[in-house]
Amino acid sequence: MPFANFATSVPVTVDAGKCIAGKGCTACVDSCPLDVLAIDNEKGVAYMRYNECWYCTPCKVDCPTGAVDVAIPYLLR
Amino acid sequence: MHADEFIHRPAGMVTHEVETDILIIGGGTAGPMAAIKAKERNPKLRVVLMEKANVKRSGAICMGMDGLNNAVIPGHATPEQYVREITIANDGIVEQAGVLAYAERSFEMIQYLDSLGVKFERDQTGEYNVRKVHHMGTYVLPMPEGHNVKKSLYRTLRRLRVDITNRFMATRLLTAPDGRVAGVVGINSRTAEFIFIRAKAVVLACGAAGRLGLPASGYLFGTYENPTNCGDGYAMAYHAGAALANLECFQINPLIKDYNGPACAYVTGPFGGYTANAKGQRFIECDYWSGQMMLEFHRELEGGNGPVFLKLDHLADETISTIENILHTNERPSRGRFHAGRGTDYRHKMVEMHISEIGFCAGHSASGVWVDDRARTSVPGLHAAGDMASVPHNYMLGAFVCGAYAGESAADYCAQVDLPPYDKDALLAEQARVLAPTQRDDGFTPHEVEYKIRRMVNDYLQPPKVTRKMEIGRERFAEIREDLSALVARDPHELMRAMEVHSILDCAEMAATASLFRTESRWGLYHHRVDYLATDDENWFCHSLLEKQADRSMACRKQPVTPYIIDIPQAERGSYQSLRVAVAAE
Repeated sequence: MPFANFATSVPVTVDAGKCIAGKGCTACVDSCPLDVLAIDNEKGVAYMRYNECWYCTPCKVDCPTGAVDVAIPYLLR
Repeated sequence: MHADEFIHRPAGMVTHEVETDILIIGGGTAGPMAAIKAKERNPKLRVVLMEKANVKRSGAICMGMDGLNNAVIPGHATPEQYVREITIANDGIVEQAGVLAYAERSFEMIQYLDSLGVKFERDQTGEYNVRKVHHMGTYVLPMPEGHNVKKSLYRTLRRLRVDITNRFMATRLLTAPDGRVAGVVGINSRTAEFIFIRAKAVVLACGAAGRLGLPASGYLFGTYENPTNCGDGYAMAYHAGAALANLECFQINPLIKDYNGPACAYVTGPFGGYTANAKGQRFIECDYWSGQMMLEFHRELEGGNGPVFLKLDHLADETISTIENILHTNERPSRGRFHAGRGTDYRHKMVEMHISEIGFCAGHSASGVWVDDRARTSVPGLHAAGDMASVPHNYMLGAFVCGAYAGESAADYCAQVDLPPYDKDALLAEQARVLAPTQRDDGFTPHEVEYKIRRMVNDYLQPPKVTRKMEIGRERFAEIREDLSALVARDPHELMRAMEVHSILDCAEMAATASLFRTESRWGLYHHRVDYLATDDENWFCHSLLEKQADRSMACRKQPVTPYIIDIPQAERGSYQSLRVAVAAE
């Protein structure tokens, strides 16, 4: 496949110590309008899979353990 | 790590077939209200609410709203006064019946939302605390606790047993041989399963076309609108044969530069905040968003006194705390974090502003799918409501009211018709179109094609509009259309983006075609054509309607403005044309 990997920083970060995705929680993944979050099943932690963030913050507000942080995307900061 | 999912699990292997009475596409603002009011009209009807994201947190108001911009509340404004204001603010090109239908139900809708638990600001006597922001009347009702709107709607949807399908994105409407709407085809953004929903009536409530222009930051998703609102509603209506009105009347809004969210000068206005130039001077009399206001904003931004700022630094500390509480907890709450990152404290620094990328949005301007005063489009059985429906300057409350009309009208329509037949070949053709990007392993990614379209939109369509530039833009869009057949999607999420790119390109072509059609300038900056600078009422006091022709080409025609129901005194007609503050000689 002739596609380049174009790396960027991600605005949404998840504190692995607080995230309870391993216990079945999907609150942040469910609430993201852009559907950019996913659960890493091996680590049991949510993460930002696609850099398509509107910095709207339902993921942060709806997280039951305060594990999610939403920064302003670097290009806008 | 997840690339090439389709090698292991081909897309589109499963098709869910659903039959319903009413299908509502879009679960943001107008859509849920359409579902609620359809069920209230006739609880026996089956109502499906289809949402690309999750109804709990979807659409323009996913984090709530900080106020009503157009509340018509007895004692503060009358429906007739509001119709006059909007007629003048939109340079006369309105169907007053639709605006009046909104205005007459505005107060009832506020009370209804109140009964669902949505909170509005009240004064010490318990009356709604309405503020003046518009040029003429008084219509703004703050919602300092407006962050829970979606929760209130969601509870009501569950109570009324509306069927909700989340994470399915509609891609095309299907029609019956007699032209009426018959259903929709959609794709799941996580599994790439198809859904085919047959319905007697359909309500489109897919929001603005917010991913048309590219924000100045270059970040594709740093748009003014929630970027889920990519214009797929406009594209679906177009392909189903519906007329779209006044698309050249672009949405362009004043924003916080880079953050690209609303500065909300109109929220701060009642507290003493205002839009200022670099010298801290007021240059517009009224912060209500109109094309004329945006033209003055643009001139100041580009002029020697630019750029433009939101000025609050003259206000008392406690007033600013109140403003921060409203602006940093509702609608776009990450704004506080943005200001903190730049060391901007409203107490000491003005906030730099800019103008947004272009889009379609009747909710703020007038570009939308053509609807009558009951939200009916030109396709039988198909309704449209909210930001994508042609009732101008409708905002959130207008989306609720228009959604209510759409739901009720759809319910009444259902009583008269059977489930329409549909074209099986059209269904198969649509499934083939959607699956195509999953079946290639070489080509262009959705991101790069989207970026190119939207950068060209900025280069060639962004006002000031120039005929030759727009013609070149159309040539570029035609070339990019060839590239759509090389789009590659490696997983269901990319497939969603790939199909959105199709809609974005459709919207770009519609924006160019409509803008070239109207050979005059109107609506201030929204349709500012520098080679046709004058407003030409003799030839262009009319709507422009864009439709797909029988030969599949795109064309516009003139539609007369229906004679006014409410007369506009000659003396008031130009009141939005003189918004610039008169400056005394220094």
